[in-house]
Parts: sequence; structure tokens; C-alpha cells
Amino acid sequence: MNAEFVSELEAPARSTVRARVVSALGPVTALAGVVWAIVQPYRITLLHPDGESFWWLLVQPPLLVIAVGLFFYFAVLPGLLADLEEGRATSR
Amino acid sequence: MQPPAEHVHWLFATGFLVLGLCLLAEVVVGTDVWRLRAWRAYLWPGMAFALGVLMWPVMVFYTNSTIHMLAHGAWAEVMTFAGAVELARVRGKLRSSAWSLAMAAAFLVSGLAFLVHEQNAWFFMRSAFLHHLLGWTLLVASVFPLARSVRPRSSFAAAGFALTFVVIAVMLYCDRDVAPVFGHISPLAGEQHR
Repeated sequence: MNAEFVSELEAPARSTVRARVVSALGPVTALAGVVWAIVQPYRITLLHPDGESFWWLLVQPPLLVIAVGLFFYFAVLPGLLADLEEGRATSR
Repeated sequence: MQPPAEHVHWLFATGFLVLGLCLLAEVVVGTDVWRLRAWRAYLWPGMAFALGVLMWPVMVFYTNSTIHMLAHGAWAEVMTFAGAVELARVRGKLRSSAWSLAMAAAFLVSGLAFLVHEQNAWFFMRSAFLHHLLGWTLLVASVFPLARSVRPRSSFAAAGFALTFVVIAVMLYCDRDVAPVFGHISPLAGEQHR
């Protein structure tokens, strides 16, 4: 038996640097939105609604930034990581 | 139901942020991996095209002067054209890297439009400051799509191109109707909001 082959099989799937960087894009973006909301809480009118219209309640920059981060993390990232891993496996 | 002008800026900022993240991801994983799924390949060119199309109603409904209408119209034209060119490149209808010049032209025209249609000085109020900053940023950043047309595989040019959209998004998110910038606001600007 080829010992090197066995060790490769048993080794946990190690994230490449590329996978780590691309995985961080969504969470870092969402985190930036959360920090923004904490620094400027008055922008989150949902927390203290006072007769604001739809736009002033739901379309606020920190919320939009968080939404973009979540969109990227849940919609774009899973397939991208799978393709990255597949590409890495093919090139072995 | 028509959104206030600053919300339009923020919605466009959201589109640019999605664009920037997609382009950054493409730089990180490589174009070959990024384009393994068709929907992903079309995501950022489609978004760029959609942003161009959406600039047309902005031109119609948010025009408070002739110069604004001309500026918004110029953006709508160049953004739609550049988005369409990128879509055609992904589709394989256009193959020459020289077509990246369409995006460079979009950056140049957008930058000039920002600078020309902002009639006030830098520190008049925040939106004036941001218009000047956006204009110069776009003018300077047009070197990235220009570089991509000469060296299509340059990671530096691709990363600079991607980060430009992120920076533009941040600037657009900072835009507010009547607000001070670094403590400066002209008494002629009107009553400050919050």
C-alpha cells in the first residue's frame, strides 16, 4: 500500500488560502454592517420606529451592507467553494 | 412610493458592493473556477447591465436641472453599454480584450459627469464633497479597466478594478441629503437632516 496515498485520504480537507480568503468576504462585509449599526444606531430606525415610511425603515446602509454579506455567503460562496475544491482535486 | 434621492444612492451602493464582492472573489479563485457555473459567470456583468438600465429611471425621475439630466443620461448610456459589452464577452460574442476599453470609457465618462454636474465646492456639504471625491476616484481608477485591456491576466489590474467598486459603494453609502462633511456645511445648503 502506498503510505502517501493513505495519508492523503485520511487528512482532513484542508482549506486552501484562496478558500479561506473567499470565505471571509461575506462575513467581513456583514460584520462591517453590524459595526456600522452599532456606531450609528440612529440609522436603524427599525429599533425605534416613529412613523417612518418603508424606505426609512428598511432601506438603511448598515442593513443593506449586512444583506449583501449574507447574500454572498449563502448564495454565492457554497457553489464557489465546491468548484474550487473540485478544481483542486482535478489538478492533483 | 418613490424612494428619496439618498435611498437611491444607497440602493446603487448595494449593487456596486455586490459587484465588488463578485469581482474580488473572481480575482481570488481565478476566472476559470468562477465561470464554472453559468449563472455565476453572468452575475457581475448582468448586475452591471442592470445598474445601467436602472440609471434611466433615475435620469427621468431625479432630474432637478439640465446638467443633472445630462449627467445621469451619460451614466445610463455608458453603464448600459459597458454592462452589455461584458455580457457579450462572457457569452463569447466578443473576444478581444480591447473591449475592456468600454468599461474604461464608462469610468471616464462617469467621473467627468460627477465633476461637471457638481456645481458646489468640496466643503459645501457632504454630497458635494462625495461627488467631487467620486468623480476623481473614477477618473483615476479608469487606469484599471485600461490596464485590463492591455494585460487581461493581470491580477493587480483585476483587484484594483474590483476594489474600485467597493470604494464607490462606501462613498455612495455615506451620501446623505443635507449633512456636514468634516464639520463643514454651508449656510446656503439648507436645514441639516439629523
